[in-house]
Amino acid sequence: MYHPPALNSPSALSDAIMRRDRRALSRAMSWVEDEHAGVDDLFRRLHQRTGRAIRVGITGPPGAGKSTLVARMATVLRRQSRQVGIVAVDPTSPFTGGALLGDRIRMPELADDPGVFMRSMATRGSLGGLAAATHEVLDLLDVFGVDWILVETVGVGQSELDVARMTDVTVVVLVPESGDAVQAMKAGLMEIGDLFVVNKADRDGADRAVTELRSMLALRERHGGRPLVVRQTVAVKGTGVAELLEAIEQWVEAGRPDGQFTGRRRETERWRLLHLAQRKLVRSLTIGPAGELALARLTTEVLEHRLAPHDAAAELVEVALRDVAGRA
Amino acid sequence: MAGKIRVLVAKPGLDGHDRGAKVVAAALRDAGMEVIYSGLHQTPEQVVSMALQEDVDVVALSILSGAHMTLVPRIQELLKKEGMDDVLLTGGGIIPPADMTALKAQGVGELFGPGTPTSAIIDYIRVWVENRDSARSGA
Amino acid sequence: MDLDALKRDLELWKDRSVHKARDRDQVFATLSGNTINTLYTPLDIQDLDYQRDLGFPGEYPFTRGIHANMYRGRQWTMRQFSGFGTAEETNQRYHFLLGKGQTGLSVAFDFPTLMGYDSDHPRSLGEVGRCGVAIDSLEDMETLFRGIPLDKVSTSMTINGPACTLLALYVAAAEKQGVDSKSLRGTIQNDMLKEYMAQHAWCFPIEASLRIITDIMEYGLTEVPQWNTISISGYHIREAGSTAAQELAFTLANGFTYVERGIARGLPVDEFASRLSFFWDVHLDFFEEIAKFRAARRIWAREMKERFGATRREPMLLRTHAQTAGVSLTAQQPENNIVRTAIEALAAVLGGTQSLHTNSMDETWALPTDKAVQIALRTQQVIAHEHNVSETVDPLGGSYYVEELTNRLEKEAYAYFDRIKKIGGVVKGLEDGWFQREIQASARRYQDEVEAKQRIIVGVNDLVIENEKLEIPLLTIDPALEQQQVARVQRLRATRDAAKADRALEALKRACDGDQNIMPSLVECARCYVTQGEMIGVMRGVFGEYHEPVFI
Repeated sequence: MYHPPALNSPSALSDAIMRRDRRALSRAMSWVEDEHAGVDDLFRRLHQRTGRAIRVGITGPPGAGKSTLVARMATVLRRQSRQVGIVAVDPTSPFTGGALLGDRIRMPELADDPGVFMRSMATRGSLGGLAAATHEVLDLLDVFGVDWILVETVGVGQSELDVARMTDVTVVVLVPESGDAVQAMKAGLMEIGDLFVVNKADRDGADRAVTELRSMLALRERHGGRPLVVRQTVAVKGTGVAELLEAIEQWVEAGRPDGQFTGRRRETERWRLLHLAQRKLVRSLTIGPAGELALARLTTEVLEHRLAPHDAAAELVEVALRDVAGRA
Repeated sequence: MAGKIRVLVAKPGLDGHDRGAKVVAAALRDAGMEVIYSGLHQTPEQVVSMALQEDVDVVALSILSGAHMTLVPRIQELLKKEGMDDVLLTGGGIIPPADMTALKAQGVGELFGPGTPTSAIIDYIRVWVENRDSARSGA
Repeated sequence: MDLDALKRDLELWKDRSVHKARDRDQVFATLSGNTINTLYTPLDIQDLDYQRDLGFPGEYPFTRGIHANMYRGRQWTMRQFSGFGTAEETNQRYHFLLGKGQTGLSVAFDFPTLMGYDSDHPRSLGEVGRCGVAIDSLEDMETLFRGIPLDKVSTSMTINGPACTLLALYVAAAEKQGVDSKSLRGTIQNDMLKEYMAQHAWCFPIEASLRIITDIMEYGLTEVPQWNTISISGYHIREAGSTAAQELAFTLANGFTYVERGIARGLPVDEFASRLSFFWDVHLDFFEEIAKFRAARRIWAREMKERFGATRREPMLLRTHAQTAGVSLTAQQPENNIVRTAIEALAAVLGGTQSLHTNSMDETWALPTDKAVQIALRTQQVIAHEHNVSETVDPLGGSYYVEELTNRLEKEAYAYFDRIKKIGGVVKGLEDGWFQREIQASARRYQDEVEAKQRIIVGVNDLVIENEKLEIPLLTIDPALEQQQVARVQRLRATRDAAKADRALEALKRACDGDQNIMPSLVECARCYVTQGEMIGVMRGVFGEYHEPVFI
């Protein structure tokens, strides 16, 4: 007999998540997104269990078929009896603050598969292709016990920086249409991608796109010796998907002995800590009463030419630090 | 920080007419909500599974096929089973007034027929969420 | 006529009168957003060449009508779309309508049937008989047409994904009545391209659907030569929110795609294209709809002749059914819908439709009651007998406004044809979600206009009755019918010749796997009392399923 857990305290939530309760996991994700006061305590209870799941970021320009590819990858992983987490991110409208999160329609067969947990997230103002809270949402899925986490970015192509900072491996998805590979290079995707996929490979130009990609990647220094991985898929048909997963797994495994894997994890954790610290400081400045008062006072002083802006900012930082320390 | 209102707009059953669902979804987005769209032809189990994973505040069903007296109670039953008593079940479509009354008597939220301005749906959801949150925080 | 002089005089008139006369404070535009001028004159149609652009009715380009004397020879077919509950209930409604003077049958199926599921499939729970009749097998088909000789009626079946199975069931039912398939007259909607665009009742992926449709066109040539194999539909595209120009362009583009497929199969265009028919919406904008019908006829005739090389007149004439717009009906003050439907019906008649369905006033709440559907049918009969609108052909021909609108819609349609070509054609457009986005954008615009009161809908955003109570009776479907139907189909499966049914299904699978025409094996399945869900199930196994590619 299922007894729905209480979801109102960090201890109740973490206990339920340990018992693999999906509603608790879902609620914890909302806590993280909404910067609930209990999040710090929740993570204190759970953080030791992170680190097991493989986190795969999937990015690429709109129309490349990322959602369909993620759905197929999940289907294949499920056939291999793996537990899968999926996070799909869509942009928040800067004008209305709302978002249409429509990635689920590509994944109808996964909706009530108990081995899949999918969460749709809106960027809520974040500009790097993922949401600010995505890293912690991935942590929660990790703690919950999934084997693989697939993270799909907004995919506007220009500023998809978050995906490399929040995942173990980044897959860039392109289509054969003329110029796509060149555009991707211009957009900086060449630098953040670890594996590259030419999707819709049954269209004309697929082979040529692969060749173009390989020649451009050969110029890149980032990998410094890691083999370039380019794959072809036809996501709507499922073609090439199992091979892609194999390639990702091999890439991850190959990175373990030489320390690249842990090196990457170190980088992502570093970014996350910086980011969290920033948020704590900003929050105290804009929400904490001390910060608000100080900000108002200092703004007046600068406007009335009694204080230079940089000195005012330095004072603000001191106020914030005292505030955060006091409330920690 | 106050969270966004998250709404699952769902098309349960075999009916594929989604003009209304899409118009409402876009309107809710324009009102600042985060709207997850389920896609067509969802079973009640799939709808509730999505609602749970997405931790939505509202499940908004669009049903034009006449199957509402089976689909809506079934979804309500499954939501209860999952302990999702804090989720608003609402919706609209082609539903005779007598059936709307019967469903509301069973605890389903307001149901909106054709011609309802989207502003009415937006206001209804906002007020409901506000009331729920005040009740939660004991205000 | 001295057009320059007219032009000068027109400007003078505007100076004298129009610029001083204040218009009401609203936007003057058609439902599709095209500006409507104060006045139309010969100047607006100065390039019109009667012989080239209008011609005589019954002759190329058929703008004024596809028959020489149109309704003087025979009134349009009054064909009320109906079906609900089980075959028994619907058979009764058919006898009722035929008794009231309906001249053609039109079958509405329930959602399980529309989606290719039997009544006892788990997905069918709660849906059986709710918005149409439940048909699972030949037994149901026989009941549906009991007492109705199939060589004496023409039957339109609104079915798309499972059109092949329902046609097979109809042929088998006719056989049981002793009627040869070659004397069957009717239509199956069978227009999958508009399903992917708008109505979303699909079973298989796009290419599989096109193969099946081409099989049906081929089968029709020899086995049901009087049957309309496709009803190329604009109705659903319009109801999903498109403008009139989009309805016109997307429907015709779909039609051209089917013609291309038929030709690629090696079917003679003069033959198979003669059996293609159309189905338009008739929406609120009276004159725009009339113009749409006329533009459609002209475009189809021209393209069939010049692009597809048709030589006989039959493939060039656009034969159409029409239905008054469901989306124009209101739930508020539903009696007003009688008026809306009457005016829309009039537009369809003035537009030259071959057959017509008029909506009932209560359809924003439920399926129609007997009384409501009687009023809807009487609406057509009153128009036919009392108002003298069908006594001459294309009475609005020559109206400066209507001819200008006809030209304008035609131009917009061709602009859309160019865009469709640029995006790679209809199928590519569907895969990329182009059509779906265009339609949804129009839907959104319309909703915004209504909510901003730029478009008044009586009873909804103006002339509202507060706390209105619904005072009309509504049809209810007895939930026990679902149980009865479930029991019926299960009993059928248990009592039929199982070996025969299995063999027929295996033959069907082989036909699907290969490139045989699947229709003969479907008819054989029907004869063996294989259910339509079983047939579609086998086909799904071979062809796969379809999932929508985009959201908005």
